[in-house]
Amino acid sequence: MSTGQYWLVIGGVLFVILNTAAGLIWLERRALALWQDRYGPNRAGPFGLFIVLADTIKLFFKEDWIPPFADKIVFVFAPAVVVASVLMSFTIIPFAPNVMVADLNIGLLFFLAMSSMGVYSIVLGGWASNNKYALLGAMRGASQMISYEVFMGLSLMGVVVLSGTFNLREIVEAQRGGWYILPQLIGFFIFLVAGIAETHRLPFDIPEAESELVAGFHSEYSGMKFGMFFIGEYMGITLISSMVVTLYFGGWLGPAFLPPVIWFVLKTFVFIMLFILLRASMPRPRYDQLMEYGWKILFPLSLLNLMVTAAIKLLL
Amino acid sequence: MFSLLRSMWLVFLHMFHKRETYQYPEHKAPIPARWRGRIALTRDPDGGERCVGCYLCAAACPVDCISLQATEAEDGRRYPLFFRINFSRCIFCGFCEEACPTYAIQLLPDFEMAEYNRQNLVYEKEDLLINSQGKYPGYNYYRVAGMSIQGKDKGEAEHEEPPVDIKSLLP
Amino acid sequence: MATIHIDGKTYQVKEGRNLLETCLSLGLDLPYFCWHPALGSVGACRQCAVKTFRDEQDTKGRLVMSCMEPVKDQLRLSISDKEAAAFREQVIGWLMTNHPHDCAVCDEGGSCHLQDMTVMTGHSYRNYHFSKRTHKNQYLGPFLNHEMNRCIQCYRCVRFYKDFAGGKDMDVFAAHNHVYFGRHRDGILESEFSGNLAEVCPTGVFTDKTLKQHYTRKWDMTYAPSVCQGCGLGCNIIAGERYGSLRQITTRYNGAVNGYFLCDRGRYGYEFVNSSRRIKQAAVRALTGTDIGTAEVLQYVKDKLASGKVIGIGSPRASLESNFALQQLVGRPHFHLGMSDTEHDLTTLALKILRQGHVRTPSMQEAATADAVVILGEDLLNTAPMMALSVRQAVNRQPAQEAMNTTHVANWQDAAVREAMQDKHGPCFILNVQPTRLDELATVAYQTAPETIARIGFALARALGAPLAGINDLTDQEQQLVTQMAAALMNAARPLVIAGYGSACEGVLRAASNICEALHQHAKPSMLVLTTPECNSMGLEMLGGLRLDSAVDAVMNGEADTVIILENDLYRRLDKHAADNFFRRCKEVILIDHLYNATAEKATVLLPAGTFAESDGTMVNNEGRAQRFLQVYAPATTAIQESWRWLLQLGRVTNCERLRNMEFFDDVIHALTQQVRCFAGIEKLTPPADFRIAGQKIPREPHRYSGRTAMLANISVSEPKPPVDGDTPLSFTMEGYRGEPPSSVIPFFWWPGWNSVQSINKFQVEIGGSLHDGDPGKRLIEPGGNGQLTFFTDVPDHFVACAGHLQLVPLYHIYGSEELSVHTPGIAERMPAPYIMLSPEDARRYQVAEQHQLQVAVDGHPYTFMVKVNPALQRGMAGIPAGLPGTGIVNMPQMAKV
Ligand code: SF4
Ligand code: SF4
Ligand code: SF4
Ligand code: SF4
Ligand code: FES
Repeated sequence: MSTGQYWLVIGGVLFVILNTAAGLIWLERRALALWQDRYGPNRAGPFGLFIVLADTIKLFFKEDWIPPFADKIVFVFAPAVVVASVLMSFTIIPFAPNVMVADLNIGLLFFLAMSSMGVYSIVLGGWASNNKYALLGAMRGASQMISYEVFMGLSLMGVVVLSGTFNLREIVEAQRGGWYILPQLIGFFIFLVAGIAETHRLPFDIPEAESELVAGFHSEYSGMKFGMFFIGEYMGITLISSMVVTLYFGGWLGPAFLPPVIWFVLKTFVFIMLFILLRASMPRPRYDQLMEYGWKILFPLSLLNLMVTAAIKLLL
Repeated sequence: MFSLLRSMWLVFLHMFHKRETYQYPEHKAPIPARWRGRIALTRDPDGGERCVGCYLCAAACPVDCISLQATEAEDGRRYPLFFRINFSRCIFCGFCEEACPTYAIQLLPDFEMAEYNRQNLVYEKEDLLINSQGKYPGYNYYRVAGMSIQGKDKGEAEHEEPPVDIKSLLP
Repeated sequence: MATIHIDGKTYQVKEGRNLLETCLSLGLDLPYFCWHPALGSVGACRQCAVKTFRDEQDTKGRLVMSCMEPVKDQLRLSISDKEAAAFREQVIGWLMTNHPHDCAVCDEGGSCHLQDMTVMTGHSYRNYHFSKRTHKNQYLGPFLNHEMNRCIQCYRCVRFYKDFAGGKDMDVFAAHNHVYFGRHRDGILESEFSGNLAEVCPTGVFTDKTLKQHYTRKWDMTYAPSVCQGCGLGCNIIAGERYGSLRQITTRYNGAVNGYFLCDRGRYGYEFVNSSRRIKQAAVRALTGTDIGTAEVLQYVKDKLASGKVIGIGSPRASLESNFALQQLVGRPHFHLGMSDTEHDLTTLALKILRQGHVRTPSMQEAATADAVVILGEDLLNTAPMMALSVRQAVNRQPAQEAMNTTHVANWQDAAVREAMQDKHGPCFILNVQPTRLDELATVAYQTAPETIARIGFALARALGAPLAGINDLTDQEQQLVTQMAAALMNAARPLVIAGYGSACEGVLRAASNICEALHQHAKPSMLVLTTPECNSMGLEMLGGLRLDSAVDAVMNGEADTVIILENDLYRRLDKHAADNFFRRCKEVILIDHLYNATAEKATVLLPAGTFAESDGTMVNNEGRAQRFLQVYAPATTAIQESWRWLLQLGRVTNCERLRNMEFFDDVIHALTQQVRCFAGIEKLTPPADFRIAGQKIPREPHRYSGRTAMLANISVSEPKPPVDGDTPLSFTMEGYRGEPPSSVIPFFWWPGWNSVQSINKFQVEIGGSLHDGDPGKRLIEPGGNGQLTFFTDVPDHFVACAGHLQLVPLYHIYGSEELSVHTPGIAERMPAPYIMLSPEDARRYQVAEQHQLQVAVDGHPYTFMVKVNPALQRGMAGIPAGLPGTGIVNMPQMAKV
């Protein structure tokens, strides 16, 4: 690719990702409303689409307050980390055969590295807020993400074993013969759960848990700093959905009547909707249940999955 | 596990259910009679102000948004010299109504009191006092209280004997 | 010490008390009505029932009234016993059968002992469905409201009014469930202590009428601990404010000073704070009409102070801090005390006697323990009312002791003790120019001229063994009186002598001192009370300064032309004509005061001062006890500030070295204690401004304070930031530490379940004892005994009537003689019209009768008064009401030409 093309791709990815995140604000509300027998935002603009605009304007014009008791630098820094780390992860997603920012041969490892960066934003944000609720949220977030990180990685190894590569483009290519969802059903499932936990989305929004912790690690945040956490979360959803599609659902692959990018987007969209549906239907587990579930069920399961996959691969 | 999937499915099916939302203001929801909305000061059956300025509503109010000054009229009735509710603070909890021993303060089924200017949400007695008995018709505090007022001397309230003559020797 | 077992728990308690007191002292909740900590037990209401058990095996027990049962070692009792609890609930149920449905319109509500006890017993449902008996109410004067239907027949009111305070015009009438508490017919309650009924009555029968004018519930007021400004005794009060006006004064219990009570001047005299005559803006007479602010006024004053020869005149009704700040601003050689001549002499002498004599001056509660009383030249009920209440208790001491000895009942068995006492009184001698209302207690009450009283006193001292020359010209009656008094004093264990400013005669004070010194020689623990005219007379005298006369002289001979007058109406200190002359010679008169008075009329600059309710300050009472009063509320306008703050500001604009770096109250106190040694220790009267409990200030408002977000919403819907108090450990809001504060800064008495004044029980070490960490206040004067003072020998000359002349003597009035309290309408209503009191002989001589007008000339200026004739008055003397508005004559005693 020429440098011009590079910039085009980078720009395009940035544009699409950020707008998707914004659009998700609307989408999630409408979808939730749909499943809760309501209408959702339907007043501002066609289908209430301008709610996104209104929300953004609101966020920008809210008082951007830094509590006097907070650690100022870290407090400002934390929300940037989440956005940055998620955006970085997008660099390795192959949206279509040639549409990707970086064709890393250790793409998957890069993704894992970046997603673990996300935990910093939570811990730093909660710590810098100097608020009991925020700190509790941060601690929960840290332990949850560290735990789920473990078997998220392990669950992915199944895919790596099958494809023999860490390069995401090659993983997609390797699925021409059949999507990995079939051989890696368990892996997929574990990755999905871990992904939800990584993005701390409902039902795993333990670090926020507004019914017990006010707003958890971002209790003290307002204005656009809060907005960054917000956007980070939506980008996280998109990221995990894209990863699921890439790893288990053949990425851009699909019948030729539609261009590869569209296939990719469509598949991703389905998973985003799944995320929202999960939010609409699941209660939040207790914190100890979450950890127990992770370490006592998912962790052995992912090990098992890896071993079985490896064994089969060896035998075949 | 299955139950999770089942609930996701059931929630998903709600997509095809009827919407519960009222599209206010085009459509207005029917408001029950005991709805806790706009606060009013009512009058007793004789048309007198019911509020006797006892300060109980003010004390009960969790956001302290009621302020008044009690005073006594020529005819012996107590009434609030001023009575102010700062609706920009009110949370419509109804504690004031519950605390009121005279049924004077009542929350009525009306919530359309938004204003562009916050100052307009401060209601004075003139704004609060209505010409009605509200939800509790027939109650007249002074008929049961022992205080005498003009037109109701000692011993003339409900369940009262005429005042005793303390100089009498009769039992 | 005895060991008792209450509900299975073991306690060590004091013997000799009753079970109710004991339980309350232990912090246990037990309902009661008829028992009152100061009045004792009568067992009338049956509310305090508990069960006592013979021994451990006894499970049945028997119901007893805890207030009638003495503590016995190994006593077992149960408060929570089912039967006892049911009994108490029943009793309340019965008491309530006739109770009106009134709480909403009842002024007692929210601070009602009946409400509290009803909740405590759990009586929540009315089972009585027959009709209620009703009563008609009475008009009882401007101070108390009467609502007889609410009575629960506890008899506390009559026991207080008649038995304790000696009132005559209130009683219980009729019988059975018709009993009626009131007067025989409508009319003003006479007693000077009637206001206490509002606190003594556990229900809403007697309530504060002045409070009703601007009625506010207890939970809605902003309170601060304060000190009464009504006289020199310094009773402790709690002042409550709402919506920027002072609403109510209640007793602040102080186990050493006023105990549970107040006099009516103190309780009701507060309304000057809300007066329309308040000075609300700083003003300069030369610039009237122009719109100037505080800064410009200060600038103006600065120029005048720089160019003029400045002197300062302090005030006995201003705080120590204010007087001190003025002294520092103008410099010691230019500071004048601002007391009238007589006041100055008397206070100086009183301080000298207390400092240098051997005899201890008692607190009011100590005075109440005396067993023989001699009152010289004081009409106590009018000059120091609460001291009269102490005297009342003191004269009961001996017969009560006898009664206890013969009948073997405890002192709290009020009815039994009084029954055994009948109307016996201990020895009490009252010598005054005219009969007083305490005379009914007196063994002998004798009326004569102050000089003669002094001479009798000197004779008494001699009779007691003082090395004094004999006084030969006493009449036989007087001689006999001296012998009688000497015998009584020698017999007594704790004799008490009272004298003071009421006689306006130094000789009387000297005589009183001699008597006590003589008793001291016999090693008798005698007590000497010297009354002082104003709330801070003693403090001002201790601070020290020049006489008012010298200020007048300085201005008259041109040594000074600019005066700063601090909270003082010179027309009450100087003769009108002298004052007029004085002001005429002054170039600038800068007045810092709160009421627009005659002096304000002459002032060229007015600086609005805060009253006691808007200021912090310290005052010293007649006992030499320094007491702190704290600001109740922030005045509505920032133009009004404490006098000392004004003076600090003047110091700042004039670059006064002595006031440098002073900004807050604590700074002034610190400087004061540094500069004037006798005030050492007053910085500890209340904790400093940075005092915190659990990091919090002490809230002035109860936690149920209402209306915070609405009371100012009519002005602006955005609530202003509440005022910050940099001077005291109290906050102006309801936020802060909710537990028990240090005793000196208790803003109000409240305890969970105890909303009424009865909650005081919870703040005391023991019932009727001191508050938990000691009674507030600090005695600054202890008997020196340094041998400097032994006996005064200068016996005043005999009073001789002078033809064509009358010796004017001051007659004091509880309602009227005090400058500020007369601004309360109720007090003004009870104030007499100016008069001149003559003896019948003089009336005959000048051919006047009651109600006639008589003109007298003082210093060549004519005054006309209505005549009153009093047969007890000495010939040649005339009584003039002191300090009464409209009287005009200030300095007394004084000769007047008829
Ligand atoms: S409804 Fe609740 S918040 Fe509103 S005025 Fe009444 S008590 Fe206060
Ligand atoms: S509780 Fe009722 S009677 Fe009492 S002040 Fe409020 S409105 Fe008036
Ligand atoms: S006396 Fe007490 S109980 Fe009785 S009406 Fe008044 S507040 Fe209520
Ligand atoms: S008037 Fe008050 S103090 Fe007197 S008996 Fe009745 S309730 Fe008791
Ligand atoms: S308090 Fe004991 S009987 Fe009344």
